[in-house]
Amino acid sequence: MKVACREVYGKTLVELGKTNPDIVVLDADLSVSTKTSTFAKEFPNRFFDMGIAEQDMISTAAGMAACGKIPFASTFAVFGSGRAWDQVRLTCAYTRLNVKIVVTHGGITTGEDGASHQANEDLAIMRAIPNMNVIVPADGFECAKIIRAVAAYHGPVYVRLPRLATPLIHENDNFDLKLGKGIVMREGKDTTIFACGIMVAMAMEAAEELSKNGVEARIINLHTIKPLDKELIIKCARETGAAVTAEEHSIMGGLGGAVAEALVENCPIPMARVGIKDVFGESGKPDELLVKYGLTAKEIVAAAKAVLKRKT
Amino acid sequence: MTSPQKIKELEQTANKLRRHIIEMICRAQSGHPGGSLSAADIITVLYFYKLRHKPQEPNWPDRDRFVMSKGHAAPVLYAALAEAGYFPLAYLNTLRQIGSSLQGHVDMLSLPGIEMSTGSLGMGLSAANGMAMACRLDKRQNRIYCLMGDGEIQEGQIWEAAMTAGHQKLDNLTAFIDHNKYQIDGQVSEIKEIQPIADKFKAFGWHTLSCDGHNMKSIIEALEKAEKLKGKPTIIIAETVKGKGVSFMEERPLDYHGKAPTPDEEEKALKQLCEIEFKEQK
Ligand SMILES: Cc1ncc(C[n+]2csc(CCOP(=O)(O)OP(=O)(O)O)c2C)c(N)n1
Repeated sequence: MKVACREVYGKTLVELGKTNPDIVVLDADLSVSTKTSTFAKEFPNRFFDMGIAEQDMISTAAGMAACGKIPFASTFAVFGSGRAWDQVRLTCAYTRLNVKIVVTHGGITTGEDGASHQANEDLAIMRAIPNMNVIVPADGFECAKIIRAVAAYHGPVYVRLPRLATPLIHENDNFDLKLGKGIVMREGKDTTIFACGIMVAMAMEAAEELSKNGVEARIINLHTIKPLDKELIIKCARETGAAVTAEEHSIMGGLGGAVAEALVENCPIPMARVGIKDVFGESGKPDELLVKYGLTAKEIVAAAKAVLKRKT
Repeated sequence: MTSPQKIKELEQTANKLRRHIIEMICRAQSGHPGGSLSAADIITVLYFYKLRHKPQEPNWPDRDRFVMSKGHAAPVLYAALAEAGYFPLAYLNTLRQIGSSLQGHVDMLSLPGIEMSTGSLGMGLSAANGMAMACRLDKRQNRIYCLMGDGEIQEGQIWEAAMTAGHQKLDNLTAFIDHNKYQIDGQVSEIKEIQPIADKFKAFGWHTLSCDGHNMKSIIEALEKAEKLKGKPTIIIAETVKGKGVSFMEERPLDYHGKAPTPDEEEKALKQLCEIEFKEQK
């Protein structure tokens, strides 16, 4: 079954809005796409369409947070991270204000809109900002839990959602999710695959395939890219001796970059990064783009086999 | 009507702030004197006449809030906050020193009384709007103030924010433009013309006022008028002089935008400021 995280986001916002009058929502003329329109219908007084002005939206949200509100500011990932980067950095992160930037259309599966709309660098540029928290849910169940958890947490957070409906990787919502703590999706001793977002489902598929060849891959769902669950990463590295990362993002500076940094300083092991290889995307159907840009279970299998060969 | 006594008091306070500005920046041998001095009278009227605030309770939720959008004018705000009692005057000696709370550009986490961190120009008005919107939602009776540089309004975000404030009809917001006519590279009119400022804001849905930014009575009158104007935010274009109060800075504002005076110049500047005070007292 597939669920669109952004639909879940809209519904969760309404639930939160019912119990917490301090929740306010801002959007930059994309509320129908980001699904903040669901909240707007329910709570018109607490919804602010800022027009096509992302920089203004982010600093306005900061001002609201300075007065005790819990603003959720939404737009597409490229604009929320890139267009307003300096505003996020100075007025949300430096100030540690309680602003939640929840963006949709992250990654290459944004599809037909092409490179201008495919955020493949957002995790890297958000992660580089001190005090920021960077989160990528892997399915609808996680999304609901994450939105609730970030509302309860005090401080700036960047949450990145995809455009498409994506496969559910959990059977129900009966699981524990703690911000900053990775989830073990599958046990294995031969290598660890660290993944986030839509790549968790592909990692699971890859692990099935590897298992057929006698390779048992452990899968860690790193929904929180910052703060990074270093403890778990290092433990897995020690226990399995090889690592693969998989993300719908550039291999530079996002999940792969973060895991590489943690490993190289603490437990250097053979490692490979599956992700977008420092190129811009293009228009196309999401499935075609995933194949063309190397974001498939097959790529993960190949990467795992390659690191296993380097394992001593 | 403000009593002549109160006006005199405010003038003396502004003079004190100006001396603090010179002393702080000279001690640090770093900082922005010109744009701090041009804003000193406006800041004085806000902190010692207009703002409803409690220096002993800086987080009082119903306080009026002031956002210093031109964050490089930090020294004038620090001087006002210290004189108002937010923190000891002795802190002023630590401006821009490592480990100090008095950061080069204003930082809301390091000092009480600062409502927003700024320094990257163009963001303060958006933040002030957010405060005005939040306080209106909470039905608070407080007011939000913001100060921008005239060069600063070349930033696109200012106009995004101007449009927001107009659209949202934020009549609990009053913003100032410190119209000192200079930015870093030259005269604002030569670098990139911002005129007609009033017409622009008017077109964006604002009430527009102007005042003499170095005349207490004029600043007070504009603020009181702004408070009564309903249905729209108000911009007060304050005519000012960059480096006001120090002759050689007024004469060569481009040399003193972001440069500390030498020790000799410091002495000269302080002497001039003391003479002004002495003249006023007579
Ligand atoms: C976004 C951004 N760009 C550039 C600067 C560097 N800068 C600091 S002050 C200044 C000039 C400001 O001029 P104005 O707003 O007129 O201020 P004032 O003359 O009152 O000091 C510039 C360009 C900055 N702080 N932020």
